[in-house]
Amino acid sequence: MADIPLSVGTTVALPKDQLDPLLSRLRDKGYRTIGPRIRDDAVVYEPIEGLADLPRGLTSVQEAGRYRIVASGNQRYFDITPGAQSWKQFFFPPRVSLLEFQKNGGWKKHSATESAPRLALVGVRPCELAAIEIQDRAFLREDFTDPIYRDRRKNAFLVAVNCLHPCGTCFCASMGTGPKASGGFDLCLTELDEVFLVEIGTDAGLEMLKGLPLKAADKADVQKAEAGLASAKERMGRTLEIGDLPDLLLKNLEHPEWQAVAARCMSCSSCTLVCPTCFCWDTQDRTSLDGAHTERQRVWDSCFNPGYSHQAGGNTRPTTRSRYRQWLTHKFGSWKEQYGVLGCVGCGRCITWCPVKIDVTEEIAALRKEEVRS
Amino acid sequence: MTTLAASKRPAAVSSEELLNPCWAEVTDLREEIDSTFTVWLKFKDPALQKGYAFEPGQFNMLYLPGYGEAAISICSDPEKRDAIGHTVRAVGNVTRAIGRMKKGDEIGLRGPFGTHWPIEQLEGRDILLAAGGIGLPPLRPAVYHILHNRAKYGKVILLYGARSPSDLLYTNEFEAWRKSDIDVQVTVDRADDTWKGQVGVVPLLFYRFRLDPAKTAVMTCGPEIMIRFVVFEALARRIPADRIYVSLERNMKCGQGFCGHCQLGPFFVCKDGPVFPYSVIEPYFGVEEF
Repeated sequence: MADIPLSVGTTVALPKDQLDPLLSRLRDKGYRTIGPRIRDDAVVYEPIEGLADLPRGLTSVQEAGRYRIVASGNQRYFDITPGAQSWKQFFFPPRVSLLEFQKNGGWKKHSATESAPRLALVGVRPCELAAIEIQDRAFLREDFTDPIYRDRRKNAFLVAVNCLHPCGTCFCASMGTGPKASGGFDLCLTELDEVFLVEIGTDAGLEMLKGLPLKAADKADVQKAEAGLASAKERMGRTLEIGDLPDLLLKNLEHPEWQAVAARCMSCSSCTLVCPTCFCWDTQDRTSLDGAHTERQRVWDSCFNPGYSHQAGGNTRPTTRSRYRQWLTHKFGSWKEQYGVLGCVGCGRCITWCPVKIDVTEEIAALRKEEVRS
Repeated sequence: MTTLAASKRPAAVSSEELLNPCWAEVTDLREEIDSTFTVWLKFKDPALQKGYAFEPGQFNMLYLPGYGEAAISICSDPEKRDAIGHTVRAVGNVTRAIGRMKKGDEIGLRGPFGTHWPIEQLEGRDILLAAGGIGLPPLRPAVYHILHNRAKYGKVILLYGARSPSDLLYTNEFEAWRKSDIDVQVTVDRADDTWKGQVGVVPLLFYRFRLDPAKTAVMTCGPEIMIRFVVFEALARRIPADRIYVSLERNMKCGQGFCGHCQLGPFFVCKDGPVFPYSVIEPYFGVEEF
């Protein structure tokens, strides 16, 4: 069994207990292995050693404004659906040092020394892979690339997991980003009761598998996986019609629904913080009390923050109505002209983590229902 | 939808260190009007100063460690290469701190960023410039360009307004501009005892002369409400929307369309603007608070 032919694009079977050696092999190659684990009753992405750290037998129930970890009814490791965190924190850190300035007869700058870590991200959902590809478009442009993002991204090893267990706020099937990954990973797992089916996405992924006791993927397992994915597609908790986007939004900028949603929205920015594609950031100076040392940092920002659109001439978006409209029309509208795709992957986080249960799928449906064409 | 062609890559920005300012020194700083001053900057690195060029309408990011960074348009003559001028209104932490600087002090500078007035494409045309308040500095480099190439343009009219006579910028230059056949029309919202000129908002000045819509191009910068009415008056005189150029102000942090703050619909004002043909932003510009 040691000699099954391996090549990029093929799928093999990996006994479940062989995930541990795979992860330790990644660590031997200098990667920190990061994956889903439970902290404070929610899934977070943190360093993991192996199978023992994964949320085995658990999944989450998610609805608008509601998130609970519950037993999944089986003993799989990856039945969990994403929590509030997304993988963007690893490529686009929430707070990162850009520069430091020391006053010493004049300001001297020296670039931040933190070098890009080598991260193996384990358990990346197809929707989340799609989100990473969307952020690539924002940070790795032809005319300018962000060096922090680029170096972290280049150093990363991605182990995706196809999604057999969507939750109540999921709509990746509508967005065309899941539940099966179509690329962008080094390895992609589909978890069955007995084995992981592993699709090899890159040469780097292939290299990591070499020498592990792999088996040929047997036909029954492949069929089981396909059936599982087909069923997952049918079990999305939400659907969103996207055929008329972005036009629907950009032609309804004065729709009464904006005011209706603003009456509920608290402008708290949760949706933008949990969103795996939101990329806005601010710069901040942290200065010592004597003023001799300044660290310039880049931090996540949100179009819901009052200061976001404030300049000398006043605040461009002083109201919650204008901020919610900006967020939604950007994500599902103008994003397409900027980056060639919509800015949503259907992960449902913004619905789950909205404290007042605002649901993008409902809001877009409401705009369609009482559409006022200008 | 296409915006104006991207300007050349900024001289004082490396692709590796997008947010890394280059150091410049204050060569002069003087008050223009109350709480508005002009600061002249020169890169400490002579090679950088030599290589730095900008187009009329572009802006720089000025940075003071501990205070932060502000987008400030360049107000000086593009052909004057020994120092770069910025007229700044002291309204926030950064701009107030810049105003307290002395000759020889250091400041971080990145730029130039953004699109520019398409002044070279407009040769042969009549030019109408309309500025309100602190909107004149970003137009002044275009005025200088016209002065250097006066024969290449037809009628040139500058409409300029401010709240009061003491809020008018660059008044000592108007005479020289008029001598070079630029029709400088000045108005104030509220007159005082000293004022013998026109009173009223800038768009009202349109009623004082006749424009040839086939020949005229409009460039405007100022408060958005003024721009709105300048555009209205220009369109009413059948100047086509793609020959009306507006320069917009938005909150900016990066200057290269990364940070998200300056979005207007699909556009990043810092990189797709600040100068736009009105035809391009028309669907969004009229939407309040967008």
